[in-house]
Amino acid sequence: MAEAHPVGFRWAMKAKERGATIIHVDPRFSRTSALADIWVPLRAGTDIAFLGGLIRHLIENDLFFREYVVPYTNASCILSDEYRDPEDNGDGYFSGWDEEKRAYEDDSWLYKGGDLSRPERDLTLQHPQCVFQKLKRHFSRYKPEMVEKICGIPPQLFHKVADALVAASGPKKTAAVCYAVGWTQHSKGVQIIRAAAILQLLLGNIGRPGGGILALRGHASIQGSTDIPTLYDILPGYLTMPHKGDETLQQYLDNYTKKTGLWSGYPKYMVSTLKAYYGKRATAENDFGYSWLPKLTGNHSFFEFLYDMLDGKMEGMFLMGQNPAVGAPNSRLQRKALSKLKWLVVRDMVEIESANFWRESPEIDRGELKAEDIETEVFFFPAAGHAEKEGAFTNTQRLLQWREKAVDPPGDCRSEAWFMHQLALRLMAKAKASTDPIDESLRALDWWYPEDELGDPNMEAVLAEINGWYTDPVAGGGDSGRTDGIVFGRDREGNPHHGKQVNGFAELKADGSTASGCWIYSGVLGRDGENKANLRKSKDYLGHGWGFAWPSDRRIIYNRASARPDGSPWSEQKKLVWWDSEKWTGIDVPGFVKGKPPDYEPEVGAEGLDAIPGDAPFILHEDGLGWLYVPKGLKDGPLPTHYEPLESPVSNELYSHETNPAVHWFTRSENRYAPPGDAKFPFVLTTYRLTEHHTAGGMSRFLSHLAELQPEMFAEISPELARDLKISNGDYICIVTLRGAIEARALVSRRIRPLHLDGKTLHQVALPYHYGTAGVVRGDAANDLLTISGEPNVTIMEAKALTCNIMPGRLPRGRAFAEFLNEYAPQSGLTDLHPEQPAKGGEKMHSHAQEGKT
Amino acid sequence: MASLTALLSKWPLIRQIRERADGTGLEAMSDKTRAMHARTDDAQVAHSICPYCGVGCAQLIFHKDGKLISIEGDPESPISQGNLCPKGAASYQLLTHSRRETKMKYRAPRAKEWTEISLERALDLVADRAWESRKRTFVHEQNGATINHTTAMCHLGGATLDNEENYLIKKLFTAGLGMVCVSNQARI
Amino acid sequence: MIGEGSHSTNQRRHNYVQENVEVGFFTDPTVCIGCKACEVACKEWNQVPDDGFTWSGNSYDNTGHLGASTWRHVMFVEQDRRKGNQIVGSHSLGNGDGDPSAGASAKAEDPFRWVFLSDVCKHCEEAGCLEACPTGSIVRTEVGSVLVQNDVCNGCGYCVVSCPFGVIDRRPSPLPDAGGAFKCTFCYDRQKSGLVPACAKVCPTESIVFGRLDDLRAQAAKRVQQLQEAGYQDAQLYDPTETSVRGIHAFFLILGEPEAYGLPPKPQIPTIYLKSAWTSAFATAIAAVIATLCAFAFL
Repeated sequence: MAEAHPVGFRWAMKAKERGATIIHVDPRFSRTSALADIWVPLRAGTDIAFLGGLIRHLIENDLFFREYVVPYTNASCILSDEYRDPEDNGDGYFSGWDEEKRAYEDDSWLYKGGDLSRPERDLTLQHPQCVFQKLKRHFSRYKPEMVEKICGIPPQLFHKVADALVAASGPKKTAAVCYAVGWTQHSKGVQIIRAAAILQLLLGNIGRPGGGILALRGHASIQGSTDIPTLYDILPGYLTMPHKGDETLQQYLDNYTKKTGLWSGYPKYMVSTLKAYYGKRATAENDFGYSWLPKLTGNHSFFEFLYDMLDGKMEGMFLMGQNPAVGAPNSRLQRKALSKLKWLVVRDMVEIESANFWRESPEIDRGELKAEDIETEVFFFPAAGHAEKEGAFTNTQRLLQWREKAVDPPGDCRSEAWFMHQLALRLMAKAKASTDPIDESLRALDWWYPEDELGDPNMEAVLAEINGWYTDPVAGGGDSGRTDGIVFGRDREGNPHHGKQVNGFAELKADGSTASGCWIYSGVLGRDGENKANLRKSKDYLGHGWGFAWPSDRRIIYNRASARPDGSPWSEQKKLVWWDSEKWTGIDVPGFVKGKPPDYEPEVGAEGLDAIPGDAPFILHEDGLGWLYVPKGLKDGPLPTHYEPLESPVSNELYSHETNPAVHWFTRSENRYAPPGDAKFPFVLTTYRLTEHHTAGGMSRFLSHLAELQPEMFAEISPELARDLKISNGDYICIVTLRGAIEARALVSRRIRPLHLDGKTLHQVALPYHYGTAGVVRGDAANDLLTISGEPNVTIMEAKALTCNIMPGRLPRGRAFAEFLNEYAPQSGLTDLHPEQPAKGGEKMHSHAQEGKT
Repeated sequence: MASLTALLSKWPLIRQIRERADGTGLEAMSDKTRAMHARTDDAQVAHSICPYCGVGCAQLIFHKDGKLISIEGDPESPISQGNLCPKGAASYQLLTHSRRETKMKYRAPRAKEWTEISLERALDLVADRAWESRKRTFVHEQNGATINHTTAMCHLGGATLDNEENYLIKKLFTAGLGMVCVSNQARI
Repeated sequence: MIGEGSHSTNQRRHNYVQENVEVGFFTDPTVCIGCKACEVACKEWNQVPDDGFTWSGNSYDNTGHLGASTWRHVMFVEQDRRKGNQIVGSHSLGNGDGDPSAGASAKAEDPFRWVFLSDVCKHCEEAGCLEACPTGSIVRTEVGSVLVQNDVCNGCGYCVVSCPFGVIDRRPSPLPDAGGAFKCTFCYDRQKSGLVPACAKVCPTESIVFGRLDDLRAQAAKRVQQLQEAGYQDAQLYDPTETSVRGIHAFFLILGEPEAYGLPPKPQIPTIYLKSAWTSAFATAIAAVIATLCAFAFL
């Protein structure tokens, strides 16, 4: 946290000053460890074993926050008799596994009776089929001794952590868990976060001030680009992208609308999105243009379409502020894939590696690619910087913050908004001149935005659309003073376009009378005409009055849990939201129906939020409960389970299956995995960020003031490993995996410690991943060494735990490289070296990633 | 002797020594030093947010006559309280450094170098390419089901962009063109 | 105290220059996270050029030392010592704690710590550079800081050898303003406008605190006591007032001995040795003048 989010760490330091204990769990001793009270080194990729050990410790010793857990979580819910746990056979599989599909059927994971809205409960937590008992059994073997065997954390250190956590739990205390990609970039990344969620629910740390599980996100608007996604599988506000087979709007809504909880409003959110996209062309008669939305036919995420690029099936690519030639896994393959495109648009502030791979890249240097053979047409558009355009970022805490424009961008530099607007105008003009039915979606697109003299669309107008409005235009388009609830009202040509703004998503309708580009952002620009993302007067410690937090400016979600079941605060120190005998009130905006009393009991058959009891804080869930156990929605099991990384130096101590069964391996000859315990790759490899650099380096390696602070690629190794390999600090070394080899300087430090697993010494190697072939300072890209793999739920790669070998000396350049690589990492032979890996084409669920697919 | 002391104390040199005004204090300041002041004094200020990580530190962007002067932390922010990390602190250089590209560039197939091209021309060409690729690869129906998509054009990036920009990207690319291969850094 | 926000002396506007208030930096490594924001903010505000792109292999310190183009330098000190009561992996557990239940992997006491300290010009009360400067380029400002006036400096370099801390240096070619002597200006331009020096303003954990020297000294004394009570037995202040520098305006809390941070335990300004020589020469000269005056008086 100190390393990659220094100003965020300010608050951790503030807490420490006030007596908090900081525990840092990381394979390497980083700048965060230096300031922590306890540093817990562990083997990369074993987090579930560690967290599972803590969960077991809380349960076995009755140390969990029972007053919180019993009413607020699904600990008491009774599961289906069909449910089978990995413990039952010790094989690592849950019930429902389909070997043919390499996927789970999840029916057996449901609550008894299959209804998620009104689960049967046993508040004594004794029923053998209740979640609590299943959870207890699931983690029963995750004892401190097992944690030591798997993670390398000695029991004494484990207990220090457990004691600190227990001491910070209860009515008067909370603890927060902060994580970043060190937890997500694993073959079971989602389940690692789930394990933290279980821990925090057991400790009563969700929905309360000072609690939570805080994702520390690495880009200025990575949260925003998930909320308003540039992702394939969701629409704004986490609505599901329609799939093939969701033929009509009704079918689609039937498939994704929940009967109870906040998602019961799904039709309102969806129809309002369609109205924002297609404007007056979206009518009840044409399903609000639903058929124009493309339908998914499988997984269309980046790695899937990357393989299409490699196979020459992708014609064109728009690359806007991302640098896969350095920043994406198996970057040798990434650069090769770029060279197979017909055309490529790159928008960036500097000439990144992904823009000039055809001219300067290791592949050109090694003679693997030649400029004269590369057909790709490349358009490099210089981009405007953050001070040269207005708009909002959404930060890691869901806070929308507006940026005012300071100056015009220099030369040809323009914003992405300008580019999209100008491209849209051109494409829509082509569509207008065409009669092809496939162009109907383009003709229908509501592209009304007023523009300035540079041709930039008005960003507040876009924000107004995201917020939402009543669709009926007011005659004349409203006054211009924003006093009538209409903020824009007129389109680019001056025609009346829409009516008053909505004040929040509660006003949205499913009948086409409202439009909203992102329902969860609704309220950011309401009828008072105030751009709340640009508010700059913080009024309280939660920061109300500064920016706008979705939803509804709520700073801590599920904050009903900050009060006891009876509605009174857990304690004076931790009061946040409470029931004042008529309504919910407090320091934060209550995340609950304002007038719903704590003792409210829904009637049988109640729907929507009416079905959520007065003591059920988790209103997005159909049962209103915090899910220790996930009865529906995950692809790799309802409970986190320890699996070894896809590349691991050791075998799974707990189950006969080594790895997450549902993972995507992306089997391909250039993307091979070393089998477990492969002596050719004896060391654990992990990658990380440095404070002085930013991601793939486009915003840091080119700046002298940052580049000089970390000017060269290095690898961190322990003095013990250095001694074994006869390496001195500062020596050049080569790090080799089956995917590639890179050169780095050895930084020998006690900050990396050998681990002792079951009497065996294990070494870890840590690499920063910022370097590439362009910029002021250059170096090999750590991502050349990584595999492309897909966590089952979200298709994120395992970047934090692999295996490697180290060869002292310089890496051969030019054509000698191939020979070197082949010597230490044989490049021919089987593509599926790992025994649990399907052969190529063996992952039938995929729509893209099959070599040779037609 | 007393008169001698009085006489000597009138000498600047002696006075400087006695008063520690020894030619190294304010009296030794050059006109330039005396005129020193913060170059942001007469600048305009725009309220902004740091473009690097997800913490969202607030910045004050000082500018004058259309030129950037300086970027520093905004003390009023409840998130950052005026602080920045080294990357945030380098934001001024991020926008003004000499390696920043400010010219549109085009690389023709098989070319070994960039060529210059106007923004307008480049946009026209990109619109043509996208239009043609879409026409070639758009699928209206698959096994009797409507899919209305193309998987032969893709988009990557967005975590560094504004919400409004991501909104326009999804609106044009997905809702307009039928592109489903849209992805960014947030693969979590 | 971290987190006072806009009320902190690191953020709020002031009139120290106008009111002739002595100011200082108090730097506390026990809250420094080694982020180097101070180095960058300094370079950005003062438009200091880069100082070379050489990887040092010395922990995360690629800056090396203060110099003409490095006015803030964060040191990264890795030591086999304990920091307060910090538990560093299994190393601080095991036999060292006398716990027989320690696992086989828990070694005996095997401490380790990583300390970060942001170094800067000390702005000495008696400044060697200032004493040595023959051109009057180096002056003391209203707030007690020592300022090099680059429009006056002729690049003679006397100051460079006269600094007991090795702070000031001449800037080599081909960098801008090569030849002249440079060091921290204490952001005199900012201070004149009521702004806080760039390094202190930017510091995310307020490891660098800017303020009135008296207040800082009181704050520092309290901090040392607090740390010692919390188990940082080797916490002490580095603020040499007893030597010829007669105190410094940028002083430090350190863990352990000053040598580990490249700080001389007893810094002396070289001119004190010259001073006696100059003083006698000066006295002789004055005597000669007086004698001459007297001679004229009696004429």
